[in-house]
Amino acid sequence: MACTTGRGITRIGNFSRIWSSPCRGLQTAVHDQSPPQTKSVNLFSAVNQALHIALDTDPRAYVFGEDVGFGGVFRCTTGLADQFGKRRVFNTPLCEQGIVGFAIGLAAMGNRAIAEIQFADYIFPAFDQIVNEAAKFRYRSGNQFNCGGLTIRTPYGAVGHGGHYHSQSPEAFFCHVPGIKVVIPRSPRQAKGLLLSSIRDPNPVVFLEPKWLYRLAVEEVPEQDYMLPLSEAEVIREGSDITLVGWGAQLSVMEQACMDAEKEGISCELVDLKTLIPWDKETVEASVNKTGRLLVSHEAPVTGGFGAEISASVVERCFTRLEAPVARVCGLDTPFPLVFEPFYMPTKNKILDAIKSTVKY
Amino acid sequence: MAQLTRRAAALNKSLPAAILAARGLATASTSPITVETSLPFTAHKIDPPSRSVETSSQELLTFFRDMALMRRMEIAADSLYKAKLIRGFCHLYDGQEAVCVGMEAAINRKDCIITAYRDHCIFLGRGGTLLEAFAELMGRKDGCSKGKGGSMHFYKKEGGFYGGHGIVGAQVPLGCGLAFAQKYSKDESVTFAMYGDGAANQGQLFEALNMAALWDLPAILVCENNHYGMGTAEWRAAKSPAYYKRGDYVPGLKVDGMDALAVKQACKFAKEHALKNGPIILEMDTYRYHGHSMSDPGSTYRTRDEISGVRQERDPIERIRKLVLAHDIATEKELKDTEKEVRKEVDEAIAQAKESPMPDPSELFTNVYVKGLGTESFGADRKEVRTVLP
Ligand SMILES: Cc1ncc(C[n+]2csc(CCOP(=O)(O)OP(=O)(O)O)c2C)c(N)n1
Ligand SMILES: [Mg+2]
Repeated sequence: MACTTGRGITRIGNFSRIWSSPCRGLQTAVHDQSPPQTKSVNLFSAVNQALHIALDTDPRAYVFGEDVGFGGVFRCTTGLADQFGKRRVFNTPLCEQGIVGFAIGLAAMGNRAIAEIQFADYIFPAFDQIVNEAAKFRYRSGNQFNCGGLTIRTPYGAVGHGGHYHSQSPEAFFCHVPGIKVVIPRSPRQAKGLLLSSIRDPNPVVFLEPKWLYRLAVEEVPEQDYMLPLSEAEVIREGSDITLVGWGAQLSVMEQACMDAEKEGISCELVDLKTLIPWDKETVEASVNKTGRLLVSHEAPVTGGFGAEISASVVERCFTRLEAPVARVCGLDTPFPLVFEPFYMPTKNKILDAIKSTVKY
Repeated sequence: MAQLTRRAAALNKSLPAAILAARGLATASTSPITVETSLPFTAHKIDPPSRSVETSSQELLTFFRDMALMRRMEIAADSLYKAKLIRGFCHLYDGQEAVCVGMEAAINRKDCIITAYRDHCIFLGRGGTLLEAFAELMGRKDGCSKGKGGSMHFYKKEGGFYGGHGIVGAQVPLGCGLAFAQKYSKDESVTFAMYGDGAANQGQLFEALNMAALWDLPAILVCENNHYGMGTAEWRAAKSPAYYKRGDYVPGLKVDGMDALAVKQACKFAKEHALKNGPIILEMDTYRYHGHSMSDPGSTYRTRDEISGVRQERDPIERIRKLVLAHDIATEKELKDTEKEVRKEVDEAIAQAKESPMPDPSELFTNVYVKGLGTESFGADRKEVRTVLP
C-alpha cells in the first residue's frame, strides 16, 4: 500500500486510495465518512502544497535548487523558505551536477532530499550523477547504502514557444536506468498525490512536471495529505475500439482526440501511465486485450522514446489480439524546434488521423 | 547596411567620419588621445596593465555610435517581444555594451568569441547586421541562423563568432577547444570564452580552466559579472565573488566593464598574455539594466535605486559621451543626431526583417545530420508537409 513506503508516515490512512484510480482498486477502497476539503488550484500550487506537506510531515525533508528560496521560476516553492526556514529550503548555486550529487549524499544519510532542476533541459549536466550514482548506490553496495530519499523535480515539455532549451521531454533517457523511478502527473490532483508518493518512496525518483499545465490546469485538489500509488496506471476514459497510452500534458491532447473520434463513432480508451518505470504493464495489457489496438503518444522524439518500449511490450504480450500495428504519434526526430513547434508536436489532429487509420486498418 | 561603424568608417561617410570631417578634424581623427581608466585594474598573479589608455576621436565616436546602436536594438527587441513578434526566450544586453565594443577594439576577426545566450550585441560586434539580428529574433529566413536558433543562438562564422549557447557554462570548454586549434595553427589568434557570474559556479568551468592552463591554450575566459544569475545575487551563489581570482593558478584581472576603454586595454593585454603564456581570466564588472529574460521585470531582487544609481554613475554610453564632449570631438547636438540616426537604422531593419519570410517548413528537418532523414510529417493544419531530403 502506498502509505507504507515512508518513514513514520502514518497519518494518511486510506485517503490515498480514495483518490486513486476509479477503475482499478477502488472496489476495495474505504471511503472516509466526511469527504475531505478540496480547493480549486492549479498545478504549481498543487506541487507547492505537496512540498509544504512533505516538509511539515518529515523534519528530515529538504527542498533546494536554483532560486527555490525565492519560489523558483514557476513559483512551485513559494513560501516554503518562510515557513520552514533557510536551513531546510535553500538556493543552490547554478551547478546541476553538484546539486544532484549533493542530494544523493544528503539522502544517503537518511534524509528526504527534494532537489529542483530548473528545467528538464538542464538535467543533463546531472545525468551522470543520476545514472551512475543515484540509480546504482543500493545495488552496488549490496543494500548497505541507498539514496531512496532522493526526489528530483523538474519541469518538462513544450510551452508553445520555448525553443530548443526550454521544451524538451527527456523521460526516455531515465527510463533506461534500472534503479530510479520516473513519474509524470497529468493534473494538479495527480501532481500532489504522486509527488508525495515519490518523496516518500524508498527509491530515487525523477519527477517530471508538465510545465505547460502549471497555470493552465486547474482542478479540485484535497487540501490534506494524500498519496497516489506509483506504478499504477489509470484508465481515465473507457472505450472499446482502441487503447491510447500517454502521460503528463499529452493526455489532455489525447483526450481531445478521443472526443473527436467519438463523434465519428470510434470508442477510445485512454490510459494514463503516471509512472514510466517501473510501469504498469498489466493495465495496458488488459486494455489492449479488450480493444485489440494501441496508440502511444508523447512529445519526445519518436525514435527511442518510451512509446517504443510500450509498443514492444504490447506486441510481446498481446500479439495474437492485435488487429493493427501499434501507432506512435510522437515528437519528430529533430531537435525541439523554435518556429516549427506546431509541426513538431503530436497534435490532436495527428492523433485523430492515427486513431482512424489504426481502427480502419 | 545597418552594421557597426568601426570597420566601415574608413570606407564610407558614416556618421563619425562625417562629424569629424564637418569639424575639420578628419586628419586628427586618428591621432592619439590618452585617457585614464575609471578605476585601476585589480590583478591576480600578474602585473596589471597601465591605466592610461590610448584612444582617438575616431574610436570614441565609434564607441558611442556602436553602443547607442546596440542599446537601441535591445530596447526595440523588448517591444517586439511584448508585441509577440519575438517568441522563445530572449535575454537583453543593455548596460553591458562596453564589454562588447571594448573587446572588439582590441582584437580581430581571426580571434574567436563564444558566449552564452545573451548574444545579440556580441553578434553585432562581430560584424553581424541588424537585419540578420532582428530576422533571427523573429524566426525569419534572413536571420543569422536561418531563423532556426532564435535569440539565444546567434552565430557568425566569418566573424569568428561561435555563438550563443543555451546551457549555462557549456560554452567555456568549447572555447578551450577552439583555442587549442588556434594554437596548433600558429596564427597568433586567441579565443574569448564568455560566461556569467552564475555560470562561474558550474563545474565545467574549472575543468576548462585546468585544461587551458595545462596545455597553455590561448584562451581568455571573460566573466561578465553583472552581479546576478537570474534572481540570485552573486554573493548568494559564490563563496568568493572575486571571479578573476577563481582560476587559482590562472592569472586574472578585474576590469571596470562599464568603461569601454578599460575593457579594450584589458583585452589587448590579455591577448598578448594568452599568446605567450596561456589562459587568463578577465572579470568584467558590469550591469544589466533589463531583467534576466523577458519574463523577469528585474526589480524584485534588486532595488530601483541600485539600477538608477548605475545608470547615473556608470553608464557606458554616458561615459563615452562625456569624453567626447570633454575633448571637444563632437557637440551634444551631433551626438543626439547620432542617436536619432541609429534609431532610424533600427526601425528600418525591423521593417525589413518583418518582410522576411518564415523559413521553409522543410527546414524543420534539415541540419539534423549532414543529410536529411527524409522525414515526413503532418502540420497542425493537417496539410501534408512532405520533405524527402537527399
Ligand atoms: C545548465 C543550465 N542550468 C540552468 C539554466 C537556466 N538559466 C539560464 S540563465 C541562468 C542564470 C545565469 O546567470 P549568469 O551566468 O550570471 O549570466 P547572466 O544571465 O547574468 O548573463 C540560469 C540559471 C541554464 N540555461 N542552463
Ligand atoms: Mg550574471
